[in-house]
Amino acid sequence: MPTAPPTLTLHARADDVRVARLAALAVALSLIDAGIPTPLPGLKPGLANIVTLLALTRFGWQVAVSVSLLRIFAASLLLGSLFTPGFFLSLTGGLCSLLGLGLAHRLLPGRWFGAVSLSLIAAFCHIAGQLALARLWLIPSDGILYFVPPFALAASLTGLVNGLACAALLRQPPSPQEPDTP
Amino acid sequence: MAWALLRPGDVLMLALAVGLALASFVWLWRDGVAEEVVIRANGQVFARLSLRHDRRIEVPGPLGVTEVQIAAGRARILRDPSPRQYCVRQGWLSRPGQTALCLPNRTSIDIPRRNTPYDSLNF
Repeated sequence: MPTAPPTLTLHARADDVRVARLAALAVALSLIDAGIPTPLPGLKPGLANIVTLLALTRFGWQVAVSVSLLRIFAASLLLGSLFTPGFFLSLTGGLCSLLGLGLAHRLLPGRWFGAVSLSLIAAFCHIAGQLALARLWLIPSDGILYFVPPFALAASLTGLVNGLACAALLRQPPSPQEPDTP
Repeated sequence: MAWALLRPGDVLMLALAVGLALASFVWLWRDGVAEEVVIRANGQVFARLSLRHDRRIEVPGPLGVTEVQIAAGRARILRDPSPRQYCVRQGWLSRPGQTALCLPNRTSIDIPRRNTPYDSLNF
């Protein structure tokens, strides 16, 4: 006589739902990001960072880490770049910028420094991590220093734009929480 | 708390970021890229070699042979008969403007800048 298989019910906590919704949004922005043509490979607007910043300022660093890492893995899976050099560059950049964001969020007084500061710090940490990995692993030559200036300029610009977008979103009140069950 | 789009610290941070980017242009682009190495022996240009081709060159001098190595876009003095080995201990040269002198053997290598601010220095 067959016995009923044991059942395991997982309950999604409010944070899980939040992370999933934000990560889905970030993945969509990542895909848009990948479709925008740029003059230098690796130079990207980083629109998904808006979501990471939003997660950080609204829900804290741990949610931001989950959203960002989920986004990196899921987006590279969809783009077919999982475990390629581009994926590792993206992962290193993402981890560095999360580290920078964690420190900045804790240390910078929120009264004076807003989303734009956080966004700029994230952008610069991102290119620093990427270029460091590229120097150590992909192009082991100091010739890569030649690419630092355009990347730094791009990071200033995208950091500003993404920060402003995040600040504009933060002006609106948080959307009412949806029920935890899908 | 109302979120202003741009806070005072943000302006400061933006100025810092743009300043950093512009400084990196001056710092990293003014001298150009390390593309070739100039080898001098006895005051004369012995060879100008591209850094893109890995190779070793033997340069004769009054004390013996100085060996120059080019690898991975860098150059160094691999071997030199000079007593104190200063130029060998200089290590790899990878940026424009760097130089290694083996005075006793009258040989030197340097990576030229794009625009040289001066022709020579005298002591």
